[in-house]
Amino acid sequence: MPIKSYLAHPLEGKKEELQQAISLLDGCEIIPAENKDVLVVVTETKDDAEDKSLKESIETIKSLKLLALVSGFNTPKK
Amino acid sequence: MSASLSSRRSFIKKMAATAAMTAAATMFPGIVFASEQLAGVPEGSLDWKKGPCRFCGVGCGILVGVENGKAVAVKGDPNSSVNKGLLCVKGYHQIMCIQAKDRLEHALVKKNGTYVKTPINEALDIVANKMKETIEKHGKDSVAMYTSGQSTIPEGYVASKFMKGAIGTNNLDCNARLCMASAVAGFLTTFGADEPMGCYEDFDYADYYITWGNNMAEMHPVLFSRMLEEKNRRGAKIIDFATRTTRSSMAADRSILFEPQTDLAVGNAICYEIINNGWVNKSFVEKYCNFSKGLTKMGYGLEDKYKFKDKPTKINFEDYKAFLEDYSPEKVSKLTKVSVKDIKYLAAIYGDPNKKVMSLWCMGVNQHTRGTWMNNIIYNIHLLTGKISEPGNSPFSLTGQPSACGTAREVGTFTHKLPKGVVMNPKHRAKAAKIWKVPVEKIPSKPTYHATEMFRAVDRGDIKFIWTQAVNPLVSLPRTSRFRPGMEKESCFVVVSDVFPTPTSDVADVILPASWHIEKSGLYGNSERRTQHWDQMVEGPGETTPDAWMFIEVAKRMGYGDLFPYSKENHVEEIYNEYRQFHAGKKHEMAPLEVLKKESGAIWPYVDGKSTQWRFNAKYDPACSNGEEFHFYGKPDGKAVIWQRPYEPAPEMPDNEYPFWLNTGRVIEHWHTGSMTRRIPVLHKAMPHAYVEFHPDDAAALGIRNGAKVKVSSRRGSCILPASINERGLPTKGQIFVPFFDENMLINDVTLDAFCPISKEPDYKKCAVKVEKV
Repeated sequence: MPIKSYLAHPLEGKKEELQQAISLLDGCEIIPAENKDVLVVVTETKDDAEDKSLKESIETIKSLKLLALVSGFNTPKK
Repeated sequence: MSASLSSRRSFIKKMAATAAMTAAATMFPGIVFASEQLAGVPEGSLDWKKGPCRFCGVGCGILVGVENGKAVAVKGDPNSSVNKGLLCVKGYHQIMCIQAKDRLEHALVKKNGTYVKTPINEALDIVANKMKETIEKHGKDSVAMYTSGQSTIPEGYVASKFMKGAIGTNNLDCNARLCMASAVAGFLTTFGADEPMGCYEDFDYADYYITWGNNMAEMHPVLFSRMLEEKNRRGAKIIDFATRTTRSSMAADRSILFEPQTDLAVGNAICYEIINNGWVNKSFVEKYCNFSKGLTKMGYGLEDKYKFKDKPTKINFEDYKAFLEDYSPEKVSKLTKVSVKDIKYLAAIYGDPNKKVMSLWCMGVNQHTRGTWMNNIIYNIHLLTGKISEPGNSPFSLTGQPSACGTAREVGTFTHKLPKGVVMNPKHRAKAAKIWKVPVEKIPSKPTYHATEMFRAVDRGDIKFIWTQAVNPLVSLPRTSRFRPGMEKESCFVVVSDVFPTPTSDVADVILPASWHIEKSGLYGNSERRTQHWDQMVEGPGETTPDAWMFIEVAKRMGYGDLFPYSKENHVEEIYNEYRQFHAGKKHEMAPLEVLKKESGAIWPYVDGKSTQWRFNAKYDPACSNGEEFHFYGKPDGKAVIWQRPYEPAPEMPDNEYPFWLNTGRVIEHWHTGSMTRRIPVLHKAMPHAYVEFHPDDAAALGIRNGAKVKVSSRRGSCILPASINERGLPTKGQIFVPFFDENMLINDVTLDAFCPISKEPDYKKCAVKVEKV
């Protein structure tokens, strides 16, 4: 059950838009920086396939400039 | 009792978020997240155990969460004054490597070309017999040991006692030679005493942080975050002085670039400006400084068996001033490509009596064929202005390995060192002999092989047995293209003690399975003279064994059991208490173990129950005894030395055939040769392989695009890597940069084994290469 964290960099002036778009996706938690144009995104998914699909969904968001993986964990299912 | 799955998942999510926020903090100056998000991770039912981080010399305090005998989580120790609860991405994920599938859990002995799993006692018999047999046949100087700044203080101490006191050879050196030897030589020549006079609290007082060839945002991210915090809190300024634009440059207030090797000239130009603008702190210099010069045109150690001994000559202030006439900003600017304005700007910062300045450096200054000189020159700047040994005024040499200071430098796992002093000094040998209970004649008076020369001696066939611990020389040495075939020769029996297989263990005759740091008790010493203890937190797998205990077992088998009367259960405490005797006294007293067990480290000299934060300043340092404000007691007359050190060119410079400078270094995701961090999936995925950075103009001229395969070749070897343009870092035109963590892309096959003649530390930052599209 993968848990991953990313730094999501918005295009210039699109931080709010990016935050809004990611918040609509299931399995994402967002921690926006208060004073810089970057968001911490933590994803939690059922399996690798869902994880891959969620990452692809984030990457298609038009206000996203760059998505950088920082950490990833895989927890036991039971 | 186990934590519930939901609390575990919640905990892991918090860890993941914290890791990302930490990464962001290294990239964005002063970044702030909502405070509630930074609240501590849930405690659950984990048993949190304190210790130091396994990686760099910053020495962050960690808390390891143990559940059912397994290490399952790491967080920063909020009680550690070093990191105040923060860790970098490597620190947060460190325990993930110990579960790696290819962990060395049992001894392996090569038989007919195949590694055979062997009981540890049998493997140690083989090592002891082979070492003994080699000494009987070829003499005691035919065996060697190469250890690590990753080794604990007790491990380094036992290695030194075993080699120098029991066997009677100085064939002991360590990988700190590759990163800190120039810092040591700089301290000893200028102050007569090793290690920084200040401490990390200097960050809280300095108005300026000037980093010399040092990408702290990636290499010392937790300390860099302290600088960023002060920048935001009270407007402290960061000046990045480097040969390459990095994450540190991007977060700095000013980035100043210089041509490789010319930092020597810029340093002297700053001294020129200080003197010619009347910024010298005359009373400080008159009371507390001498002037000296040494030999010049020393060579670069490129020949086997190269020898050099400096001959210091006293000079006076006027001589020094006359020498600096060649280093006016106008003259230096042409050579260095640093503008006159920038040189004057740097000098004015140091020259302003109302500004407190920290200078910070690590590999750019130390891995330099004139590394000792560069260290001296930075001290010259601080001594001329009297900006030293007081809060915020601090020349601060940062360390690479977690215990380069504690183990390599303080215990002395160098060929010339003893736990107190050097082998050349009869009094120091007598002290060691007394504590070790060996005849003084047993300890040889002459140093033998420093790291580079040790592996040259293996290649020549002079060394016939070598034992390495927690090191990976066949990735980390310069010019591995010579040393790999050397280590493969039949003439040398190779024993490798490590946690994971590496290219070095690939050439071993015996591989010994070492404990990882939290699988044993130990002590490390960090960059600010802080000694930190930890108790064993978890059991290691299989027959993994602490290195110290493997040395002791081999020593016993060789007939030296009387010298190593330690118990298996309590050997760390027994060894540390024996070692402390070497440093008794106000100048280097080590904290008692009971204090270190209770606190998150203590800084030596630890006198009357108190750490000494600023040495040589009578207000803080009880060892000062001259009745003055400052006392540089490492020197017999109590005065520090301002050294006349010129600019000299690098041994190999770009030419028509090899037109690029090659600079090598590290990345934030990986620890040195990557043997640990490349087994941590998140770090490996974040930085899966090495690359070669180009300036975009050079890449365009060569028709090289991002990701294209490029062959980097020198006169010694070649390496193929993907190109990186405008990504992590940006080299100046005519320079390329390659990180060395990737054992599949061995850039050290290309580097040059030139070294500083005084410190014997190699220069990994400069050699001439050509590049071709593949």
